[in-house]
Amino acid sequence: MDASAASHRKPAGRGLAGFLYRRRRLRLSLLLAGPVGWLVIAYLGSLAVLFIAAFWQLDDFSGEIVQDPGFQNFKELIETPVYRSIVGRTVLIAALVTLTDAILAFPIAFYMAKVASPRARGLLVVAVLMPLWASYLVKVYTWRIMLQNDGVVNWLLDPLGIDGPGFGNVATWLVFSYLWLPFMVLPIYAGLERIPNSMLDASGDLGGHPWITFRRVVFPLALPAVVAGSIFTFSLTLGDYIAPTLVSSTQFIGNVVYSNVGVANNLPLAAAFATVPVLIMLVYLLIARRMGAFEEL
Amino acid sequence: MNAHRFRWWTALAVLTLALAALTAAGCGDDDDDDGGGGGGGDESQALQKLGKGEGEVNLVAWAGYVEDGSTDPNADWVTGFEKETGCQVNVKIGNTSDEMVTLMRTGKYDGVSASGDATLRLVAGGDVDPVNTDLIPNYKDVFPALKDQPHNTVDGVPYGVPHGRGANLLMYNKDVVKEAPDSWDVVWGGAESEPYAGKVTAYDNPIYIADAALFLRETNPDLGIENVYELDDKQFDAVVDLLRQQREVIGEYWSDYTKEISAFTSGDSVVGTTWQVITNLVQADKKAPPVEAILPREGSTGWSDTWMISSEAEHPNCMYMWMNHIVSPEANAAVAEWYGEAPANQKSCEMTDNEDHCEIYHADDEEYFDQVEYWTTPTKDCGDDRGDACKDYSEWVKAWTEIKG
Amino acid sequence: MHISNGMRWVLRVGTGVTLAFIYLPLVVIAMYAFNESRSQAWPIDGVTLEWFDRAVNNPGVRDALWTSVKAGLGATAVALLLGTLAALAVARYRFFGRETISFLVILPIALPGIVTGMALNATFSQVLNVDLTLFTVIVGHATFCIVVVYNNAIARLRRTGTSLEEASMDLGANGWKTFRYVTFPALRSALVAGALLAFALSFDEIIVTTFTIGGEQTLPIWIFTNYARPNQLPVVNVVGLCVILLSIIPVYIANRLSQDPVGAPGAAPAAGAAGARG
Repeated sequence: MDASAASHRKPAGRGLAGFLYRRRRLRLSLLLAGPVGWLVIAYLGSLAVLFIAAFWQLDDFSGEIVQDPGFQNFKELIETPVYRSIVGRTVLIAALVTLTDAILAFPIAFYMAKVASPRARGLLVVAVLMPLWASYLVKVYTWRIMLQNDGVVNWLLDPLGIDGPGFGNVATWLVFSYLWLPFMVLPIYAGLERIPNSMLDASGDLGGHPWITFRRVVFPLALPAVVAGSIFTFSLTLGDYIAPTLVSSTQFIGNVVYSNVGVANNLPLAAAFATVPVLIMLVYLLIARRMGAFEEL
Repeated sequence: MNAHRFRWWTALAVLTLALAALTAAGCGDDDDDDGGGGGGGDESQALQKLGKGEGEVNLVAWAGYVEDGSTDPNADWVTGFEKETGCQVNVKIGNTSDEMVTLMRTGKYDGVSASGDATLRLVAGGDVDPVNTDLIPNYKDVFPALKDQPHNTVDGVPYGVPHGRGANLLMYNKDVVKEAPDSWDVVWGGAESEPYAGKVTAYDNPIYIADAALFLRETNPDLGIENVYELDDKQFDAVVDLLRQQREVIGEYWSDYTKEISAFTSGDSVVGTTWQVITNLVQADKKAPPVEAILPREGSTGWSDTWMISSEAEHPNCMYMWMNHIVSPEANAAVAEWYGEAPANQKSCEMTDNEDHCEIYHADDEEYFDQVEYWTTPTKDCGDDRGDACKDYSEWVKAWTEIKG
Repeated sequence: MHISNGMRWVLRVGTGVTLAFIYLPLVVIAMYAFNESRSQAWPIDGVTLEWFDRAVNNPGVRDALWTSVKAGLGATAVALLLGTLAALAVARYRFFGRETISFLVILPIALPGIVTGMALNATFSQVLNVDLTLFTVIVGHATFCIVVVYNNAIARLRRTGTSLEEASMDLGANGWKTFRYVTFPALRSALVAGALLAFALSFDEIIVTTFTIGGEQTLPIWIFTNYARPNQLPVVNVVGLCVILLSIIPVYIANRLSQDPVGAPGAAPAAGAAGARG
């Protein structure tokens, strides 16, 4: 190659690339403009619109939104006992679901991370991921059919003499635990994988039997991953309205929000009620970040 | 670094607030435009002349009102219409009147089969236009008792074409409820409900409060309930108490008709309020337990439905053609039989497969329908000497959420 | 690593139980898809392929499927672009607000779908006065798909480190060339995995879609509408079964491409968000 010719050539991109290379801030801004712009303007902006609506009122007969700012909607939410109990019920079930999923996920995640052969591991990962692709709606409807009076669950439990749970809070707990389980398995699996085997061996060598090893070594190291998974189980339960409608007659936060925005067309009240799960999740996310969960996602 | 930090956050905060302010300002104008001038004749005009079909029509309808053969090959009064007029029918099923009002407000549909508790709200919200009945040849054959009613006519201007009417019924599983009930007391949570606790069902909508009022009208005359949709404080509290009592025995509420069908078929519900079409579908399923639907002695709530045209209809001609078609003798007979209601067209009575259909459904029996309390929107104005002391619909909605718990 | 035999068996049993729990409903769906009668009672009657035939010939399913594909492709494209840009910025630069970006990116998926849906709906229909179309659906989906691509990309970027890029620039390549010949190839498989999972997310999403869609139907919306029609249930079960079976391929590919054991940062929310993102 002719060195002199090469040095005289100025490839089209050089000028711009060089220009950008010298300007770090500009480069960074260009990179961030798209995503941050989208998220702040399209997403946060929309959320702002919604929450402004929470301060407005609805004229019920004609259904027009009256832009009369005030705290009436929030007052109503705080003062009416049924809304408080609905929030309580939703949060309780979300917590139960998270706990259940953590317990169900741990054995399989540990097996996949530490015990299974690489081939088995690959298969197990696919096996856990596959159901996520089954349509959410189809899964919920199938549970409804299964929990029916003459459904599979009762049919299986009959010989044991137990009654199935039927519809209700137990059913929602069951269905939610089922739906979000893979979300919990994968982060825990990833987290466990990162724990060096040597640490577990060392714990054994130092005289700790498996339970101690679990409690003192494995669990604390895996905790951020569990929290990461719990972000999903908690948040998805908090806002869902389809599953409770199909397998229970009790109301969850999602149901009240949905019935107000869809059926009663009361966007202000729906928006006000929607601030509850948002606030809960914001707090949850901040705590999760503190615990290092974001690294485990 | 701290100054830097401060700048970033302020920038973000200012941006979001600016956006919010902008949108608030934007919202102000938009809502005024969209709000429309309320109901009434000046701004919204009925169609003057019928033109050519636009090729499609988008309807909001009750389940079972617009059947194209996909539910049952014998229930099809749409395909013929589509062939004749070239108007492709797209239907969105509304489970409750509230849903229908919300859907119509989007302005994306051409028409709706509205019950009495939706019609006046739609008119007041400017979501529907008056109907020029001259453009609907079959209108002249509609039962006179259905025309010019308070729920479909405002200031003498007709706002819709009657579809049909009927009553809400009590359905029960004959295998479980051995003795045929003749009163609503089996669903209200008292001693008569005990055998069926956990398997009672009810309609999931605030308008169901009127059913409780209807029951109390008979069993607790001291309350002085006359109009079940206009309840003052004392009456309303008693009614809500009854509904709370019922809540204890409810297995599940239904708003989606397939939910009730599946609940009765599987045995999760054995008794509760229903529409005739649901009973018909359960009876058609060979694996379902035997069911029966009756009108109890206290009477019932019911509905008188009207086809209305949207004020923002994109396909008005097709909508008029549809309205004419659905109230034509053949189509109205077909839907009335499929659904299980009294037809609107007098001539339909001769065209039903079952000769006694009109008699069974009291199509011509005004005395019977005097006992049926059509769904209508509760308002503050009690309409009698109590003045403005009654609960309006927003309070019914709030109470309903509290009752369901 | 030494784990006692007893422990191994405990783990195997636990794994088995969990897998059985996960797959029971799927087996039930499969059985109902072949069920002869329309009834949803258990046990099923006979076996038939009639519903498969109906499903294939149903124009509603085909249209909905195509709409879902379009929405998915659009959302994935946007998410790929924005997610990669954000990941590059966060992984390769230090600036104030870096941690906030991670927080911001995860918000759309961490906040309940109904909130996102209502917010977008209110903005589109009342503030911007825009019609709800496939475009608005793509906007909605892209917003929560960004995190999926972002996490995958950032994990990969952190793993590959900057030394190769620095070497490339030392050897005379400019920024663009370095990206094209060094960074991108390393990133590519993570992006494909992220894209596959973003597509899955968008494909099965129902709640935000309900609020942002106009007259069309995506597959989940079709399923939802048809569950409310008494005699369409068997067809819906067939559609559900087919979606599960067809998904084996992309899941397997995504798994292989991640190279990191799938669980590593990126795949979890990716997979998690996919599918059950109700």
